[in-house]
Amino acid sequence: MTLQNVEQPTVIGTHGHRTNIGIDLLRLGNLTAGRFLSRYGVLVGFLVLWQVASSAGWVNAAVLPPIDMIAAALWKGLAGGALLGDIAISLQRAGIAFAAAVAVAIPLGLFMGQVRAVETALDPILQLFRQTSALALYPVFILLLGLGETSKIFVIFWATLFPLLLNTTSGVKEVDPKLLEMARVYGATRLTVFRRVVLPGAVPSIFVGLRLSATTALLLLIASEMIGANKGIGFQVMNAQYNFQIPLMFAAIVILASLGLIANQVLVILQRRLCRWSNPVN
Amino acid sequence: MTGTKGGGEVSIRDLSKSFTLGGRQLAVLRTLNLDVRSGECLVIVGASGSGKTTLLRILAGLEAADSGRVAIDGKPVDGVGAERAVIFQEPRLLPWLTVLGNVAFGLEVRGVAKADAEEKARFYIALVGLAEFADAFPRQLSGGMAQRVGIARALTVQPEILLLDEPLGALDAMTKIGMQEELARIWSEENVTMVMVTHDLEEAIYLADRVLILPKEKGGAARLIDVDLPRPRDRSETRFVRYREELLREFGLH
Repeated sequence: MTLQNVEQPTVIGTHGHRTNIGIDLLRLGNLTAGRFLSRYGVLVGFLVLWQVASSAGWVNAAVLPPIDMIAAALWKGLAGGALLGDIAISLQRAGIAFAAAVAVAIPLGLFMGQVRAVETALDPILQLFRQTSALALYPVFILLLGLGETSKIFVIFWATLFPLLLNTTSGVKEVDPKLLEMARVYGATRLTVFRRVVLPGAVPSIFVGLRLSATTALLLLIASEMIGANKGIGFQVMNAQYNFQIPLMFAAIVILASLGLIANQVLVILQRRLCRWSNPVN
Repeated sequence: MTGTKGGGEVSIRDLSKSFTLGGRQLAVLRTLNLDVRSGECLVIVGASGSGKTTLLRILAGLEAADSGRVAIDGKPVDGVGAERAVIFQEPRLLPWLTVLGNVAFGLEVRGVAKADAEEKARFYIALVGLAEFADAFPRQLSGGMAQRVGIARALTVQPEILLLDEPLGALDAMTKIGMQEELARIWSEENVTMVMVTHDLEEAIYLADRVLILPKEKGGAARLIDVDLPRPRDRSETRFVRYREELLREFGLH
């Protein structure tokens, strides 16, 4: 860098200024490219390897089709509208379940974190429910609620509830008692302490729960759509496999992965906005 | 904007407090009698376990005594009160509020409208020299700056009595000396009664009108020493040094 700076005036002469900008841009480009490579290099390498391995016949292209075929199937499914209906129904199932979990878990978690007696009384049964796999309970939910939408939404809700509930509760319990005492010294009522100290203090922990729950919601969505559904992304994965439309199967998997990434990113952005004061996340 | 107020008189009669520790009864305060005058600066020193922090917490209304009476301006102390503010050893700032938000917190909690609370808060933020940092978050502040915010928050509610529990105990030596000067200045400007607990004998002599020495052993009596030095005080002055030696003797260290 120093060498370039020293040489520029003599070598480049009258066009020095303009070329400088060019070099700066080049440098900036290098820097950005470097950063991009260090973050996404392995990912790009993986995709390239996949593409080459598949098209060169190193692996069975019928099982692992080349990336461009998957991309084409994805494009066809999205642009042609064939997959849009599945995305909509999947989002609806996961969305309703997630929203219901938020509506139940956050108020209940705040309450449990505040009132020791409630937590003591509810903890054993919640631990039992939590340790029982939601998938194992899915047949029970089907018996109780039928094979329709309700049982699907309920199993997602069930699995999503616990990470959020436990994180909310522990977030409330872990608020620094010294801060609570400080608020008390200024004459804060219980409600004010809750509103101004406990609640904001629990927000980072609640977000940990929200992100875990979002991941769980998508996981359970797929599982429930693989059993007794005739629409949805999870159904498409299975259906495409039965009909040996392997590129379409991978296209559905890509959509699922994207949904997960988008949900997480939305929550990260929301957390950054709400928790400007705490350490930046990721 | 400066207070008083006139009040801020504390009277302590036959105050006792003990804790149960490992099945044993441990008396930390034994029939203590003390009057704190309006507007004075009383500094409490004593070995660890002598009950100085307990005494301060009783004055704050955060703990109840076993027996005896504590009254402020003639009214018995029963829990926390608006005429008192506490400065803790840790700044205890709410990390999600800015400096301004933290300093205004005490007033807002007491029902003062946000705009009024913030206007007053700005005055005290300037008083502790942090005007430029009003919009900073606690994690961006140094230990000394954070403690200044805590001090400003306590001053903003304009208490008659300021209770300080080793407020400079966690600071490094250089910052500490600066903050002692700051406390001395604030005390003289705000005309507030100050009761402060410290481990630091030099700090006690630098700030106190009177130093209360709490006994450690059973049967020992609390002692009061008048610090009769002009302000601002000079730490290297002969009489200052002599007070220091006197206090050290009290602790059997000289």
